Amino acid sequence: MKIMVAVKRVIDYAVKIRVKPDKTGVVTQNVKMSMNPFCEIALEEALRIRESGLASEVVAVSMGPSQCIDTLRTGLAMGADRGIHVEANYSLYPLSVAKILKKLVEIEKPRLLILGKQAIDDDCNQTGQMIAGLLNWPQGTFASKVVLDKEKQVATVDREVDDGIETVCLNLPAVITTDLRLNQPRYATLPNIMKAKSKPIKKFTPEELNVEIKSDLEIVEVTEPPKRKSGVIVSSVDELIDKLKHEANVI
Amino acid sequence: MLNRNSRNIFRFLTRPFFHHQRNSFLLPSSTPSSQFTSVTGFDEKYCTQLHLQRNIIPTELKVFSFFNPLRNFLKTRQLGVGIPHHKCYGSMGGVVQRSPRFSELNDDDVKHFQEVLGEKNVIQDEDKLTAANTDWMHKYKGSSRLILQPCNTDQVSQILKYCNSRGLAVVPQGGNTGLVGGSVPVFDEVIVNLSSMNNIISFDKVSGILVCEAGCILENIMSFLDNEGFIMPLDLGAKGSCQIGGNVSTNAGGLRLVRYGSLHGSVLGVEAVLANGTVLDMLKTLRKDNTGYDLKHLFIGSEGSLGIVTKVSILTPPKLASVNVALLACKDYSCCQKLLQEAKRKLGEILSAFEFLDSQSMDLVTKHLEGARNPFPTSLHNFYVLIETTGSDESSDKQKLEAFLLGSMENELVSDGVLAQDINQATTFWRLREGIPEALIRAGAVYKYDLSIPVENLYNLVEEMRSRLGDAANVVGYGHLGDGNLHLNVSVPQYDDKILSQIEPFVYEWTSKQRGSISAEHGVGLMKANEIFYSQSRETVQLMTSIKNLMDPNHILNPYKVLPHSITS
Repeated sequence: MKIMVAVKRVIDYAVKIRVKPDKTGVVTQNVKMSMNPFCEIALEEALRIRESGLASEVVAVSMGPSQCIDTLRTGLAMGADRGIHVEANYSLYPLSVAKILKKLVEIEKPRLLILGKQAIDDDCNQTGQMIAGLLNWPQGTFASKVVLDKEKQVATVDREVDDGIETVCLNLPAVITTDLRLNQPRYATLPNIMKAKSKPIKKFTPEELNVEIKSDLEIVEVTEPPKRKSGVIVSSVDELIDKLKHEANVI
Repeated sequence: MLNRNSRNIFRFLTRPFFHHQRNSFLLPSSTPSSQFTSVTGFDEKYCTQLHLQRNIIPTELKVFSFFNPLRNFLKTRQLGVGIPHHKCYGSMGGVVQRSPRFSELNDDDVKHFQEVLGEKNVIQDEDKLTAANTDWMHKYKGSSRLILQPCNTDQVSQILKYCNSRGLAVVPQGGNTGLVGGSVPVFDEVIVNLSSMNNIISFDKVSGILVCEAGCILENIMSFLDNEGFIMPLDLGAKGSCQIGGNVSTNAGGLRLVRYGSLHGSVLGVEAVLANGTVLDMLKTLRKDNTGYDLKHLFIGSEGSLGIVTKVSILTPPKLASVNVALLACKDYSCCQKLLQEAKRKLGEILSAFEFLDSQSMDLVTKHLEGARNPFPTSLHNFYVLIETTGSDESSDKQKLEAFLLGSMENELVSDGVLAQDINQATTFWRLREGIPEALIRAGAVYKYDLSIPVENLYNLVEEMRSRLGDAANVVGYGHLGDGNLHLNVSVPQYDDKILSQIEPFVYEWTSKQRGSISAEHGVGLMKANEIFYSQSRETVQLMTSIKNLMDPNHILNPYKVLPHSITS
C-alpha cells in the first residue's frame, strides 16, 4: 500500500509575523521557512504506518516555488521514500491544491492520503475536506489516533471534537487530516539527511497536470491583531477603585 | 476544534519553558547626575587607606604558597572562634563572621531612605525580604531587613553616600540569579535592588550601540534589539530574570562567547557609583578610546565590590538571518575535542556555539524536565555536542554545516546526529543544554563548580570526581567546550559536609595544578572568596586589595565577597 502525504512550506511557527505596510499580506522575504507543523505530524504518522508493515511506500508532495524542494528534503530526511514537487510561483488556494492533489492521486494511486488539518499560515482548514469531496473518498479529520486494519481495508480514526473524541471507521482509500496530539514527529538524523540527498523528487507543473488555476477568492486586506495593552501596577486601593470607576468603567 | 489561529495555539502548546538559570546578579541605575568629586578629596582617603591596607595583609600569609592557599590558614585560625551565625552550605560559608566595622540599621536610617527614595521604594515586607535574602539555589541566605529600590543614578549615589558615612554595608542586587552567593546579603547588609532602573536610553542603528540602565532584564533587551534587527553579544539560561547590570558586574559569559567574546570586549562604557557616592560617568559609545587607564574594566567582573554599575553601553552585533542547530552524539571525550578542532576550521566564521554535555547530564534533563526527550532514543551515547552556526546566507550556511557534519560522520568523530529542521526543533535542542541547571535543582542539592581548564584535560576532572565520590553523588559535566569552560556539578539528595569535604579543596587544587581558573564565568562571590589564591598570585590579590581600599575604603560594598575575608573584613 502506498501513502501520499501533503507537506506545505510555511513561515516557521516561531517567527514573529510582520504584516506588509500595504496590508496585502505578510512579509516573507528573509524570513525563516519550515514545514507546517501539522504536515510534520501527518508525515510522521505515514512513516509509522509504513514501519509497522502496513504500507510499503510514503510519497511526500509539496506545491509552490522552487524552495519547496527544501521542505521536501526535510520530509525525505525524516524518512519519506520519494517526493513530488508541483512548481507554482503564484498563490495556491485550497481548491486549487485539492484539484492538483486529485490529479496526483490518479497518477500515484495511493490508498491513503494524509494531510495536516490546516496550515499555520492561512489557517484555511479546507484542503483535506475538499480533496475527499473531489475524490469521493471518506474522510477522518482532526485525527488524534489512527489504526489501520490491512485485512478489512479500513482505518479507524479518533477525531478530536468539541465534546470529546469521536471514533469513525473509514473504508480505504480514505483521506485523514491530523491534529496536534496524534504523534510527536521525529528529528532528521544525519544518516537520513545523507540518504535523503539521493532520493528522487519528481517535478510537475499545474499545466502538465491539466489543472487550471483560477483564483476563487480574493484577499481584501491583512491586518495585525490589536496590540495587547500593557498592565499597570497601581500603588493603592484608592487608585485601583478610581481606575475601575473612571477608566475601566466597570464599577 | 477548529482552531481559528493555529499558529498561536501551536506556539502555546509547544512553547519551551526556560527562563531562570544561571549566572549573574548586580545592579544598574538610571538618570542624571554626573558630578565628579575632586580628585584631591579622593587622594587623602587613598593615602590613609594604603597605610591601613599594609596592616590588613597578614604577614603569616607569606608562608602559604600559591597552591596551598589561605584556606588551611583560615581554618586553623577562625574555626575555633565558633560561628553560630553562619548561613551557607557552600565553601567557607561556615567561617564568615559579621564584621564589627559595620553599623546596625536603625529607624533613623530607614526614615532617611524613605525621604530620599519615597516610601514605596523602601521595602521591609517579609516576603520580599525572604526572596531577596535567598539565592536562586537556596544555598545562601542572608538576614537583611531592608531593600532599597532606587529609580535613578542620583538616588543610588545618595544611598551609597549615606551608607558610607554611616558604615552600613550594602549588597547590590539585580536579578539575583548568581550561583556563587554574590548577589545576596551574608548578614544584614542593605540590599540595593536596581530593578526599577530598567529604561533603554538610546540605540544607534548604524553602529549597533545600545545604552541602557542596569536594571534592564536581559531578555527584554534581547526582544527590543530583535525588533531593531540586532542581538545581544551574550545569551544565558537566566536571561528571563538576570539584569544587564549584573551581567556586566559579574562579567557573565554564556552561550555566545565563543563567537562574540567576553563583555570586556563588548561593553563600551559604564556609569558607576562609587562607595562614597561619586558618580563615574564612563558611559562612552566609542569603540576606540585610548586615553589613560581604561577604568570601566574595573567594574566588569568585580561583582559590585568596587562600585554599583548604573548604566551600560554595549556594542551589539546585527542579527543574522540564518541560524542552524545540530545536536551530535560522540562516543568519547576525545571525539568531542577533535570535533571542536574540525568545527573551528570547517565552520570558521559561522560557528556561534559549541556546547557539550555528558550522558549523565542528558539523563537528568530528560528525567526532570517536562517535555524534554533524548533525540536519539535508539542507542546510548556517552557525550553530546550542540553546535550552532549563525550566518547571513541560509543555503550556503546549511551546505557548509551539512558538509562538516557528514565529514565528521565519515571520520567517525560523530556516531549519530540530528539537525534542527525548524526553529522549534532548534529550541528543543538548546533546551537540553540550557535546561541542565534547572534539572539539577529539581534533582536535589547541587554543588556547582565553574572552571576554566585546558580543553585537553577538562573532562578528566569529572571522571576523577566520579571515582572519588562513588555512589554517594551523581557527578555531571557539561559546559562551553569552545571556551574551555567546564561546569562540574555534583548532585546529591541534600547538602552534606562530608561530601563537600571530599569535593573541596580537591577540585580547586586539581584545577590549580592545570593552571586553570576556579571561576570561569560565575564569579567569586562568597563561595570562592577565600579560594581566590588558587587562581591568582599573592601579588595580584594584593593589588586587588589596594584597589578595593582605594575605591571603597570602608568596605561597605558587597562585603565578605570576591576577596579573602581575612583581608577585607
